[in-house]
Amino acid sequence: MKPGRVLIGLAAASVVLLALALAVGSVPLSLPEVLSALAGQGDPLQQSLVWELRLPRAASAFIIGAQLALAGALMQVLLRNPLADPYILGVSGGAGVAALCAMLLGLAGLLLTASAFVGALLSTLLVFGLAHSRIDWTPTRLLLTGVVVAMGWGALISFILAIAPEAQLRGMLFWLMGDLSYSQFPALGTVILLLTSALIWPQARDLNVLARGEWQAAALGVEIQRLRWRLYFIAALLTASAVVQAGSIGFIGLVVPHLLRLLGCHDHRYLLPAAVLCGGSLLLLGDTLARSMIAPQQLPVGIITAFIGVPLFLYLLNRRVQ
Amino acid sequence: MSQTILRTENLYVSIAGLPICRALDLTIESGQCWAILGRNGAGKTTLLHTLAGLRSPDAGRILLEDTPLATLPRRAIAQRIGVLFQETDATFPGTVLEQALLGRHPWLGRWQWEGPSDHALAVEALRQVDLSALQDRQVGTLSGGERQRLALATLITQVPRLLLLDEPNNHLDLHHQITLLDLLCRQARQHKTAVMMIVHDVNLALRFCSHLLLLFGDGETQQGPALQVATSETLSRLYRQPITRLDGPHGPVFVPQ
Repeated sequence: MKPGRVLIGLAAASVVLLALALAVGSVPLSLPEVLSALAGQGDPLQQSLVWELRLPRAASAFIIGAQLALAGALMQVLLRNPLADPYILGVSGGAGVAALCAMLLGLAGLLLTASAFVGALLSTLLVFGLAHSRIDWTPTRLLLTGVVVAMGWGALISFILAIAPEAQLRGMLFWLMGDLSYSQFPALGTVILLLTSALIWPQARDLNVLARGEWQAAALGVEIQRLRWRLYFIAALLTASAVVQAGSIGFIGLVVPHLLRLLGCHDHRYLLPAAVLCGGSLLLLGDTLARSMIAPQQLPVGIITAFIGVPLFLYLLNRRVQ
Repeated sequence: MSQTILRTENLYVSIAGLPICRALDLTIESGQCWAILGRNGAGKTTLLHTLAGLRSPDAGRILLEDTPLATLPRRAIAQRIGVLFQETDATFPGTVLEQALLGRHPWLGRWQWEGPSDHALAVEALRQVDLSALQDRQVGTLSGGERQRLALATLITQVPRLLLLDEPNNHLDLHHQITLLDLLCRQARQHKTAVMMIVHDVNLALRFCSHLLLLFGDGETQQGPALQVATSETLSRLYRQPITRLDGPHGPVFVPQ
């Protein structure tokens, strides 16, 4: 498939899924009702339903999915490992430990989010420092450092859960699992997504070369060292932002880039924007289904994205082999 | 008129404390075709990477068209020096044509996309290495020899003035070894570019290269016009293997005893 068509298709899908997310719920709305509510006309109840509840949640889902898919695409090229996902270098673990510590100290709300963010960035710097301490930098070294640090965070999380007072345990587990229910409009997440996209998209052709190996990229004129750290910090920032908004949502960051490559987006100048749209759409669809399938009960969104993504991915993979 | 493309002054390169070359003064001029010969682990690849500016020498300097290599940005180096590596990476999918087009990377501006002239160069390079029919194939499905030819096509698309080739005949069948090395060395003579290649086949080196650089593995080097450097005594010492010279209808041939 032509990569340009994939992009157009994904943009159309994003709009349709956004409309669907605004229409579906305990009070179903028709498309004209959604549109008039968006325009600030019609039933005030419907307006507040759309503007205060459904739009912030839909926007959160889209932005988080987009951040994870973009981070995954960058991480896979950085580590030149197709199995890399945004959480592989311990960013979510760092955020989790910091968030749980903040809860032990009795912090909540914005302070809790802020400490999770600081934890994620501290973890990023820790892995960076440890992997950088030797001259011989290799993707394998960064990968191993990140994976081991992530395991350390995992053990710390278990430790905190074990010693935490009973009353706080439920809140902690809830935070770790992640949830989109109480989403505010994702202003900071949107800014981070736009900013990082603007920083990395101009270097998309460098990524095409880097995907063919670090030596090859250097020989074709890429300043490897600079690109590497830029990729690393951008991916970590995107992941940190997604984690503090919604905990760890697996699958999207790993699979969306591969899905798009199977559709013919090998060129990162297409792949990166396509990952933003596809990751956003997938999580938006997943969240819409998660809150409507067995309403009023809600399902964890990660389950739904895997239910949609796994068969879709396997279908595309097999279509290619034939 | 031949011009100096790359020059080294007093170059000292070592790997893990062992010297590869001491005080090497090397001048590569346009139209020349060099072969680096030496045993396994003598440091041929390390020296080649040093000449490409991919690692820094322990001492001495490298001048690319009279500018110190260390002061040039990678992009400027990549417009003049192209490198063929021993390994190619097909971790991520991509088509043969997309891979060949990567050779245009150093020539394109930040916001520039590949234009018709870039496509024409890539298509022509693929034709030269016999890969025209496989243009839309996935890189991962190619055979070892086809991948090697694709890497050469990427290099040709890059149009560098100096080609540094690490075992270019790797994985290639006999026909492609001869035609492709002939193509590269002929282009060097015609277009005033230069080639420096690592090969293990002395006779292939003598057939295509005008100059030889021998690395003895202990820091000692020897260089000069191919037929002057290549004697059975020197080559026997280089490879620690008795080698006999046979004179055939197409010049001398060296065979291990």
